[in-house]
Amino acid sequence: MQLGRHFTFRLTGFRKLLILFVLIAVGAALYRFVFGLGAVTNLSDEWPWGLWIGFDLLCGIALAGGGFSTALIVHVLHKDKYLPIARAALVTSMLGYIIALVSLFLDIGRWYNFWRPFFYWGFHSVLFEVFWCIAIYTTVQILEFGDIFFEKFRVPALQKILHKLMPFLLILGIVLPSLHQSSLGSLYIVAVDRLYPLWWSMIIPFFFVWSAFFLGPAMVTVEGTLAARAYGREPETDVFSSLTKVTLVMLIIYLIVKIADLVYRGVLGMAFNGAFESNMFLIEMIVFIILPIIMYATPSIRNSQNGVLIASILVVVGVVFNRMNVVFTGMAKAMGGSYFPTIWEFAITIGMWSGLVLAYCFIVENFPIMAKEDHTHGSGHSVGTGTGFQA
Amino acid sequence: MSKGVLIDVTRCIGCRSCQVSCKSWNDLPAKMSEFSNNWDSPGKLSADTWTNVNYYLIEEGDQLKWRFVKKQCMHCNEPACESACFTHSFVKTKEGAVIYKPTDANKDYCVGCRYCMVACPFGVPGFQWDKAFPYVLKCRFCYDRMQEGLEPACVSSCPTQTLTYGDRDELLALAWSKINNDPRYVKHVYGEKEYGGTSWLYISDVPFDKIGFRTEAFGQPVTQRSIPSLTWDVLKWTPAIFFGWGAVLTIMRAYTKRRAEVHNESELYEPVDNK
Repeated sequence: MQLGRHFTFRLTGFRKLLILFVLIAVGAALYRFVFGLGAVTNLSDEWPWGLWIGFDLLCGIALAGGGFSTALIVHVLHKDKYLPIARAALVTSMLGYIIALVSLFLDIGRWYNFWRPFFYWGFHSVLFEVFWCIAIYTTVQILEFGDIFFEKFRVPALQKILHKLMPFLLILGIVLPSLHQSSLGSLYIVAVDRLYPLWWSMIIPFFFVWSAFFLGPAMVTVEGTLAARAYGREPETDVFSSLTKVTLVMLIIYLIVKIADLVYRGVLGMAFNGAFESNMFLIEMIVFIILPIIMYATPSIRNSQNGVLIASILVVVGVVFNRMNVVFTGMAKAMGGSYFPTIWEFAITIGMWSGLVLAYCFIVENFPIMAKEDHTHGSGHSVGTGTGFQA
Repeated sequence: MSKGVLIDVTRCIGCRSCQVSCKSWNDLPAKMSEFSNNWDSPGKLSADTWTNVNYYLIEEGDQLKWRFVKKQCMHCNEPACESACFTHSFVKTKEGAVIYKPTDANKDYCVGCRYCMVACPFGVPGFQWDKAFPYVLKCRFCYDRMQEGLEPACVSSCPTQTLTYGDRDELLALAWSKINNDPRYVKHVYGEKEYGGTSWLYISDVPFDKIGFRTEAFGQPVTQRSIPSLTWDVLKWTPAIFFGWGAVLTIMRAYTKRRAEVHNESELYEPVDNK
């Protein structure tokens, strides 16, 4: 499908299905805006936050962690080996943040007031920091993307301004997410005496920002492999297996700090008391932390395309699992009542993520995001000589 | 002076006058009672029900006794809802009431994010789920009456002197003198220290954990620190992290840049062809 002079977008059957999901979500969202949250969701006074905040916002932001960790590795540490994945990571992250903002907008009751925190400062609220950081960081990412945009549409004056701003934006683009990724954890400090002690901790912000960071390379691996398969390209397997070193070290540190924190607070024993929460915690630690550590530490696994993919999927799912445990599993007993999302809550969530996939496809097909394939090599490796990728 | 109310659970007869007067003074809609296996009606707090009397049947040996416990916002000394609100829509007044600015001060800042509801350790604030533009509502300590020198509607309607309105410090002294002069009472004023203390205080002759109060969580006594102070312990590092981490990154970037090759980024990437 030709969209104007500059854009193309091929409509496959799968994409038409995704568009249908988006349309259903838009319908449900309009209904929600007119008739209120009670008409569309199963939220209650016991469960004020549900699927949209727990999954779309908390997980969306965490999964977008690939943006800031890649930015740190590529643009601050100048590890040029990873340049081929830098732009794809930025785009995914930007779209993840847009999803988070959309779901927040859907979830707030008095949505016409969404701009109030810019003017009425509840600076003693963790949410205040989260709101400011996410708003500014999304803007920063859009500006960073603007640099790519103007490679296609040349507007020299704007390009010049953006280039001048870029060093500042890059630093801001790492500092802000570091702050609010941790603050998303700090949000749950208020849940003292209610959030199960295996998750509640005064250093929960550390666990959130650290996991968002180590999730980054894993997310880039999963997304890069999927995109490569979808577009019939060769995945950047050697970049991915090299990235596992970062994730591996960070996972080990995470595990050590986690255990030390539990021992320090004297609740390590709770992990083995057989309660539902404790078993979920053990699954989180064994399947999604220790198992990936073993897989990443085994050269034959991390150097194979499927091995690194599966280990990375475990890490990604593990972070989602952790966030779900904090929001739902760990709070369930204290909140009382019960919550399961309605079909409309699911419809809106599915619609938003379908929109993300469509936007991603549109952007990579119309803008220079993926590394150029090196056609002189038979294997099709994009990290080749002659393109200046080698560090 | 910061005001408070002392609730003496031993005196309550469960007549629900407080519920009725609360609804009528605050003009709150009535709700049809539903059949259930207890005597509570409606049973829990919500945006339309700011106070509610819970009924507890307590077994002590072969003795059975009813206890009736009025619940409402505790009006924390340092409210979690106030600190959680990113537009500062809840505020603790100097008189001790925790009020909601959109309805009580005509300042419509509330975004409806419901973080206050997540933050409240007593699960008090209620949300108008059926409204297109809902408010978060809860007991406001009859702030309007308080300013006119009147006691809260519920206190004025209580026929058994279960509720005593006054300065919090004096009520606390009264509570302890009652406890010390009558061996029936549990030696605990609920609200004196819980979560940094609350304006509303309870004394009882049955253990508090049997009448719907959390005295311990996960085997530990509930925290005596206020929730805002816990949050602030973390939040106060924000500016230092912002500038410190920013400086570290800037230095690292400058340091590694000297050794890095210069790339023309526009030559590294291309749009993918979806064939």
